[in-house]
Amino acid sequence: MDKMPKWADVVLIPLISVVLALVVSGLVVAIIGESPWRAMEIMVRGAFGSAYGWGYTLYYATNFIFTGLAVAVAFHARLFNIGGEGQAALGGLGVAIILLGVAWPHWTIALLAAVLFSAAFGAVWAAVPAYLQAKRGSHIVITTIMFNYIASALMVYLLVNVFRVEGSMSPESATFAEAVHLPNAASFAGFLGFRGSTPLNFSFFLALLACVFVWLLIWRTRLGYEIRAFGHSDSAAVYAGINPTKIIMITMIISGALAGMMAINVVMGEAERLVLDFVEGAGFVGIAVALMGRSHPVGVILAALLFGALYQGGAELQFEMPAISREMVVVIQALVILFTGALDNMVRMPMQAFFLSLRRRREAGARTPAE
Amino acid sequence: MTAHAIELKGISKAFGPVQANRNISMSVAKGTIHGIVGENGAGKSTLMSILYGFYKADRGEIWIDGKLTPIPDSQAAIRAGIGMVHQHFKLVENFTVVENVILGAEDGALLRPSIAKARRLLTELSEEYGLKVDPDAMIEDLSVGHQQRVEILKQLYRHADILILDEPTGVLTPAEADQLFRILERLKEEGKTIILITHKLREIMEITDTVSVMRRGEMTNTVKTADTSPAELAEMMVGRKVLLEVDKAPATPGDVVLKVDKLRVVRGGVERLKGVSLEIRRGEILGIAGVAGNGQTELLQVLGGMIPAQGGTVTLHNEPLDVTGKHSNGQTRRARGIGHVPEDRQTEGLIMAYEAWENVAFGYHQDPKYNTGLLMNNAAIKDDCADKMARYDVRPPNPRLPARNFSGGNQQKIVVAREMDRAPDLLLVGQPTRGVDIGAIEFIHKQIIALRDQGKAILLVSVELDEIMGLSDRIAVMFDGRIMGERLPSETNENELGLLMAGVTQGAA
Repeated sequence: MDKMPKWADVVLIPLISVVLALVVSGLVVAIIGESPWRAMEIMVRGAFGSAYGWGYTLYYATNFIFTGLAVAVAFHARLFNIGGEGQAALGGLGVAIILLGVAWPHWTIALLAAVLFSAAFGAVWAAVPAYLQAKRGSHIVITTIMFNYIASALMVYLLVNVFRVEGSMSPESATFAEAVHLPNAASFAGFLGFRGSTPLNFSFFLALLACVFVWLLIWRTRLGYEIRAFGHSDSAAVYAGINPTKIIMITMIISGALAGMMAINVVMGEAERLVLDFVEGAGFVGIAVALMGRSHPVGVILAALLFGALYQGGAELQFEMPAISREMVVVIQALVILFTGALDNMVRMPMQAFFLSLRRRREAGARTPAE
Repeated sequence: MTAHAIELKGISKAFGPVQANRNISMSVAKGTIHGIVGENGAGKSTLMSILYGFYKADRGEIWIDGKLTPIPDSQAAIRAGIGMVHQHFKLVENFTVVENVILGAEDGALLRPSIAKARRLLTELSEEYGLKVDPDAMIEDLSVGHQQRVEILKQLYRHADILILDEPTGVLTPAEADQLFRILERLKEEGKTIILITHKLREIMEITDTVSVMRRGEMTNTVKTADTSPAELAEMMVGRKVLLEVDKAPATPGDVVLKVDKLRVVRGGVERLKGVSLEIRRGEILGIAGVAGNGQTELLQVLGGMIPAQGGTVTLHNEPLDVTGKHSNGQTRRARGIGHVPEDRQTEGLIMAYEAWENVAFGYHQDPKYNTGLLMNNAAIKDDCADKMARYDVRPPNPRLPARNFSGGNQQKIVVAREMDRAPDLLLVGQPTRGVDIGAIEFIHKQIIALRDQGKAILLVSVELDEIMGLSDRIAVMFDGRIMGERLPSETNENELGLLMAGVTQGAA
């Protein structure tokens, strides 16, 4: 028998965690002498109060959906992919290579090519740690972290020495051709009030498509069945004739590909050129998103939306309340990650006990008074 | 009348919605051997864990030697003179006997004086109770029987007056079990009180003075051993009359199905199978007897495609079976018509987090009837699961329930249904009734015999000698990675098999 109803598990517990995180954040804000209510109001209004705010919130959410899905898929095979950051960076490299190297006639085919290249580059970056895990037993947490550093160094080298436009001082590539410009929200959803400056672009739909893909993969295909089986028990997987090496490799390749595709949103959809550090921690936020979303695509979308709102609302907050610095906003984001990810059990245990006592009381009530 | 060594009054303990112990009262007289029997999940282990301080009872009192003694942790249990010998030994393999005995009971910061003192005490204890062990031997070099003696010595060294033994004979040969019983009797003569937890009724009858029966978290009966019988105890355990004997017609073996020749397996640098050869015919059950850990597990795993062999050949219906190469895996085995009920259903046979219907397809998930094109046909699998649950009497018959929420017996029935319903030409069965309640044992045994009567070949591995004797048409005994000999159940007995299991051969038969 399950310990609590499903709705409590997927909705109530994350909600309580977020509220707790906000309460603590509010205390921090109060300690530095600002009004937590006003800060809260600025953040919510900044994230959801206007088409402008929504544009940024959904743009960030798009990033987190990709990286969150990447971590979630790996979680199902009980692999902890911490390398989303590096895989996304490499995905950006793939996007830049294919968009700068070929004169694309139209953005649609360019997008297809960008999907293939970003996914392939991200996948290759994840495949190496996967191989080391499967064949050599090197722990994937360690190797994927290391690969983040390698990716970071590699990107600096490439942007400074290979991609930098001659005469330019900044480590960034040339701007992509006008033809590969992705439609932004102003062009496909202008009726909702999105303006030309919004970063939200067509990649958002790609992210939603990726969610459908992951749901089908994990819960409807034989491969997903094998991935989950391996994640639950590798000895049982071997009994059933499932090849552990194959599962580790394929899962990490899919995970890396999803992380890599995050670059489409930023590099192709927003910056329209390859810039240094464009991932901006989205690879790590993906871990919190996957944890909070319980590795389910719908959960990932909701958690990504929350973190997108925190990013956008946080930016507004430091703009409107000078006492609240950039670091302060990071503290608030970190508190949400801490409460929803790391301290999940702190809320879960009392809730389980609560639902158990509820059920006992109900059962006791249903019994005859003679008991 | 002397005070009772142990008196439990109204002990209750719940884990979530499960009431593991319900209002249990029990008293054990000083200097006696008291048996506790019950099916898996009846609450025996929980009760003993409460007595040893691993769990805290929700309600109830523990009285030791006539004094109310709360036992909040195992330190308190040790102080109260209670010692426990676990089913799985808690010994450090690369420590010597003395080092293991003093572990956690060292006298000071320096080891040398403690070890010297312990060696002296150990020699005294060994002589006093007939527990002969070399104090300076490494644990890993000792036989299982001797390791168990170290566990007992460890408790005596801590001045235990009450010894709890949890399934102590599960890993012993019949001869080793006999020696253990002599030791226990000696301990009893010296005034120690012993609680023996077991599911083997024969042992209860042989050694205990009194016996308590547990069923569904309650202690249903406590009787003098002399006044009861195995059949009566079984009935008390299950709550209805049980057939202890297996009912089967003589076998009519046909063509050879499986032929294994000089099979060798090396795992972790140790040769586990040292050239095993055997044959199984249609309509025949070959039972492999042996103490756990003598290569039976590896034999099943190689034949089931879970691990590769390093040498030897295997043929199925005279066609070679790849046991050493790349194509040796569970999928290719199933494709050749080999079913496999693995030894450990919880870590191998089932995904405990998967719902029953997902487990019904496990290993057969590539089967076209479970799939439509790229996607799995979940509806078809659920229908198949509901059908199998009805025919194999799985309770509750709910395909949506996760495997871990079924009892051991019903989990095993799910595995049995999956592996036997396809009527495989060869069925590999490992420990089919381990941790399974008596009612389900009857059912599973009947299924195995029915499959044999359909003309299928069956390889049965079990550490339960009774099960091997009852089901097998031929018995092969394994010891140290080799087949020590083959016997017909009608022409052998437990003593002869026991000697073979210990590696003793007296000339060719």
